[in-house]
Amino acid sequence: MGVFFFFKLLLSSFAFLFTVCAFLVVSGLDWESVLSLAAHRCIRALKTAQGEHAAPPLYTTLNRRACSSVSTPRITTHYTIHSRDKDPRWEGIEMERFADEADVVIVGGGPAGLSAAIRLKQLANEHEKELRVCLVEKASQIGAHTLSGACLEPTALDELIPDWKERGAPLNTPVTEDVFSILTEKYRIPVPILPGLPMGNHGNYIVRLGNFVRWLGEQAEELGVELYPGYAAAEVLFHEDGSVKGIATNDVGIAKDGSPKDVFERGMELHAKVTMFGEGCHGHLAKQLYKQFNLRENCEPQTYAIGLKEVWAIDEKKWRPGRAEHSVGWPLNRLTYGGSFLYHLNEGEPLVALGFVVGLDYTNPYLSPFREFQRWKHHPFVAATLEGGSRIAYGARALNEGGSQSIPKLTFPGGLLIGCSPGFMNVPKIKGTHTAMKSGMLAAEAVFPKVTAEGLDSETAGLHAPEYAETLKKSWVWKELHAVRNIRPSFHNYFGLYGGMAYTGVFYWIFRGKEPWTLKHCGLDADQLKPAKECTPIEYPKPDGKLSFDLLSSVALSGTNHEGDQPAHLTLKSDSVPVQRNLAIYDGPEQRFCPAGVYEYVPLETGDGMRLQINAQNCVHCKTCDIKDPSQNINWVVPEGGGGPAYNGL
Amino acid sequence: MSGRVLVGVKRVIDYAVKIRVKPDNSGVVTDGVKHSMNPFCEIAVEEAVKMKEKKLIKEVVAVSCGPQQAQETIRTALAMGADRGIHVEVTGKDYDMLGPLQVSKIMAALAKKEDAQLIILGKQAIDGDCNQTGQMTAALLDWPQGTFASEVSLEGDTVKVVREIDGGLETIKINTPAVLTADLRLNTPRYATLPNIMKAKKKKIAKVKPADLGLDMTSRLEVLRVDEPPQRLAGVKVETVDDLVAKLKETGRL
Repeated sequence: MGVFFFFKLLLSSFAFLFTVCAFLVVSGLDWESVLSLAAHRCIRALKTAQGEHAAPPLYTTLNRRACSSVSTPRITTHYTIHSRDKDPRWEGIEMERFADEADVVIVGGGPAGLSAAIRLKQLANEHEKELRVCLVEKASQIGAHTLSGACLEPTALDELIPDWKERGAPLNTPVTEDVFSILTEKYRIPVPILPGLPMGNHGNYIVRLGNFVRWLGEQAEELGVELYPGYAAAEVLFHEDGSVKGIATNDVGIAKDGSPKDVFERGMELHAKVTMFGEGCHGHLAKQLYKQFNLRENCEPQTYAIGLKEVWAIDEKKWRPGRAEHSVGWPLNRLTYGGSFLYHLNEGEPLVALGFVVGLDYTNPYLSPFREFQRWKHHPFVAATLEGGSRIAYGARALNEGGSQSIPKLTFPGGLLIGCSPGFMNVPKIKGTHTAMKSGMLAAEAVFPKVTAEGLDSETAGLHAPEYAETLKKSWVWKELHAVRNIRPSFHNYFGLYGGMAYTGVFYWIFRGKEPWTLKHCGLDADQLKPAKECTPIEYPKPDGKLSFDLLSSVALSGTNHEGDQPAHLTLKSDSVPVQRNLAIYDGPEQRFCPAGVYEYVPLETGDGMRLQINAQNCVHCKTCDIKDPSQNINWVVPEGGGGPAYNGL
Repeated sequence: MSGRVLVGVKRVIDYAVKIRVKPDNSGVVTDGVKHSMNPFCEIAVEEAVKMKEKKLIKEVVAVSCGPQQAQETIRTALAMGADRGIHVEVTGKDYDMLGPLQVSKIMAALAKKEDAQLIILGKQAIDGDCNQTGQMTAALLDWPQGTFASEVSLEGDTVKVVREIDGGLETIKINTPAVLTADLRLNTPRYATLPNIMKAKKKKIAKVKPADLGLDMTSRLEVLRVDEPPQRLAGVKVETVDDLVAKLKETGRL
């Protein structure tokens, strides 16, 4: 009887187990989490043994899946995630801030911010009015965080500083030759640039934008703008009525674990009648303002690309000053938006500025924009120029591709958005500097009469200047963006790149954007990634150290550095999401899309499972992680001012 | 005692930046490159400001030698708490060849002019790595020196200095006026915060030329050529000790 009973028990427990497993399989749960811990370890050991000879761990970390039972080590210590109000280590620390008043405060010392500052001071001098304009910039010097191709269209500069040539603006290289190609793995298909196509560069200048921005900074200082590089705007301040009061700069002297150091000092408050936010693409304060004032309710989400750039000193025999080359195609497939640029500068030394852009709406989590860039340089057409040369600079930055469909509401009580922050880039032209400068100038013109008026004519304590948005809509910026609005979204079709080029060739070249419809983008870039198991890993060639290089030596070349003992500024809303979601579903794409090697999945010290390691010191402030994180868990906040890359003429 | 301390601050290429040699091998590219205050000079300024806060001395004067941009470095020192600055203008060829001997002559002349009680310098600059200016200045003035200081205590007319030396720590007591050079562990420099930078704009920076001090900046050295260090070759891994010995014999090292 006992045996029979035991046998029935065994059968029924098997049946029970089978039903449970069947249920779990049907509901799509992971098999392995059902098995016992011992069996789990056994399977993992087998996989790891196989894995030793497979692709290097960085690229196929699926071999070591995390146990959900392992507790997550604490990663984020920043006060924006873990408030200091209830933190016992902050008891008794003086948190009062020194405050100062200006008429206008500008956040960001890029083309837009500096153009706005210059225009404001020009108007003040013209009308003989006193105006205090303060500009804060997180880079240690103006231009150190500036990175762009760049072919500058001088239209905005001609309006802002007509005698720029006499004043020594570094526009030394007029474009003499435009070359456009479709690349295949070994060959090149030349594409004629017919007049009227957006990528024609007649009349434009190849510039080192960092040097141009530095020159703009000098012009601004001469006019009396107070420039404060090395100080980051970390917080937006609000009046009681909800309008923007100004900004506060970053606190200094907080240790890596979030506690105050001996040298702790509070940031400073800069109050203004109007605050202009020109933080560049995907600014962190702008991100807060979108939520605060609901600025994005009537526009599409912004879509981005990442641009990686290097400067090379090449063999003089290969140097063709004034030549601007662009390519599409290899190494990207037709469904991934992107392409390259290579500009021959004419500034004495035989230098070329080259780079690669990849649309951040790509779907394969195994794609690495950095390695695509390195791989592209091996194409015979490109290698021919670079052979015998040496690399002297490297950097990366995200850029906007949303065009007019993604422009948010630009003004709110107490402030407004200028430049690439709201995003005025002309995508097919791949130019955004001229429109950014113009937006800064228009903002200055709209705000000037209000800040210099005798009485404060405003409903809110912070001034509201909706005239800025109105004048912008009537200006050439809007006409230009409207004409090219359908080109980028036209790439979302079965033929991808070729469909987009066909659309451009027909509708833009013939109709100049006058078609009555407006195509849409495909939503948030972060939502476009497919799970890793649906995609194939990409085999990238090893860097050869002559044309292509590894990530870490590239990061060293950017000169980036941060005070080591500070909380990581790449903050996570939840410390457990990276391993549980990003690694589990997408195989940790942040390891690949970060152009500075900030994110690494490393094995836990205790043995089983992985953890996310954030090397915050490497960050080059490109903002790609905040944009592309499929879980939207990463929130980039500004680190201590003065940190970040040290670009020189990039 | 005047209670005045002279602090030398040098503007150098930031330590995190990758240096590039000029194509004509005459020097290193400095145009547009990120510069900052020499880290050891920051420590020197901090020590002087701490002394002033403890009321051991009365005035901190920051001195820098170089072109117009040297004023930025003096401003940072002023923002950290120095009272006034002296910019010794040295430009062009003289600046390219400016070395410890010339700077120590300048510091000695200024120390006499300003009736300084102490001169505090960084132990060395991260570009030249000479580690000579402090010692030369003391010699020119015939003052005692406390170099590689990791602890300094001013006691009336004397200074007790704990020095970091090869064998450990050495404590000496020297009379003022004296020259001190700061080592890494002397203190943690404070940040130059924005309100202090704004206040520093109101502090005075006097401009002076070496000729005004009766000094000749001609260098006795001439730089012939600057090159990058040779590329480090990859190492070779060997399996056994015998292999290692064989390889060493092969390359003639054994």
